[in-house]
Amino acid sequence: MGAFDSFAAFLAMGDHGVYVWSSYAVGAGVIAFNMISPRLHRHRLISDHKRRMRREQR
Amino acid sequence: MWQAFVRWFHKWSSPKWFYTMSQPWSFWLGWAATLIIAVALIWGLMFAPVERLQGNSYRIIFLHVPSAFLSQAIYAAIAVLGLVGLVWKMKLAFFVAKQCIPVGASMALLALITGAIWGKPTWGTWWEWDARLTSMLVLLLLYLGLWALHNAMERPESGDRASAILALVGVVNLPIIKFSVEWWNTLHQPATLKFTEAPPMHVSMLIPFLMAIVGFYLASMAWVLMRTRLEILQRERKSRWVEEELNRFAEGQ
Repeated sequence: MGAFDSFAAFLAMGDHGVYVWSSYAVGAGVIAFNMISPRLHRHRLISDHKRRMRREQR
Repeated sequence: MWQAFVRWFHKWSSPKWFYTMSQPWSFWLGWAATLIIAVALIWGLMFAPVERLQGNSYRIIFLHVPSAFLSQAIYAAIAVLGLVGLVWKMKLAFFVAKQCIPVGASMALLALITGAIWGKPTWGTWWEWDARLTSMLVLLLLYLGLWALHNAMERPESGDRASAILALVGVVNLPIIKFSVEWWNTLHQPATLKFTEAPPMHVSMLIPFLMAIVGFYLASMAWVLMRTRLEILQRERKSRWVEEELNRFAEGQ
């Protein structure tokens, strides 16, 4: 396993596992935020647009 | 020559032109970034050797330094775009500047949190009110201020201008962050020095490190681009072409 003897050693990261993995979890969260929030924005734009269209038809 | 430049500038400052031309970019930037970041982080986590002095906690560097770089580079970009917007009254520059804010803020937050987590095993403390850490916190607060100004204004155009002015004033913080480790005696410096006193970073650490930086740059560009395209649709929604585009989206949904 690369620089580690075993998968358990990889997870343990010496005795720094909790620091390394919590950092990478926060990193994953930041990446997820940046990927998801444009999709939510797009969704909001479309539903606002639909509402506007319906209002104009009435 | 000059006229050609002016024509080019005008074309690129048109939101519609930008929207049309940028579609393939966000796709390719996004995929390139995903690939490079995945390779960099897997390499950094699994294959890069253990650091002699810090053990495995040094692997945080593959997130910490790229996000710290980006949080400052994006701030500089916001200031330049704000200046362009104010001087040439260029709407598109304001749109891009606004959508840089959440991406830059998320990078500043990541740099601060990973720094705090890394500080615990390395310095024995999560947080210290020293120059580097405090100036990075100020950067995050500046980002929040820029975003708040956009939301506080009744008219989006006022938000653009107010935010650009704050961005320009806040530029003074960038050299403070950069030189904080030289001007003041900070916690950050001893750690960096220890790191450079050890033999220079080995290639097996350096390559994933540089890849992570490149990957974060590409990803941030892709995210800003995606956001800017939506900002264009929102701000130009009264124009005919945006209405057609939104109709197309609504049908496809």
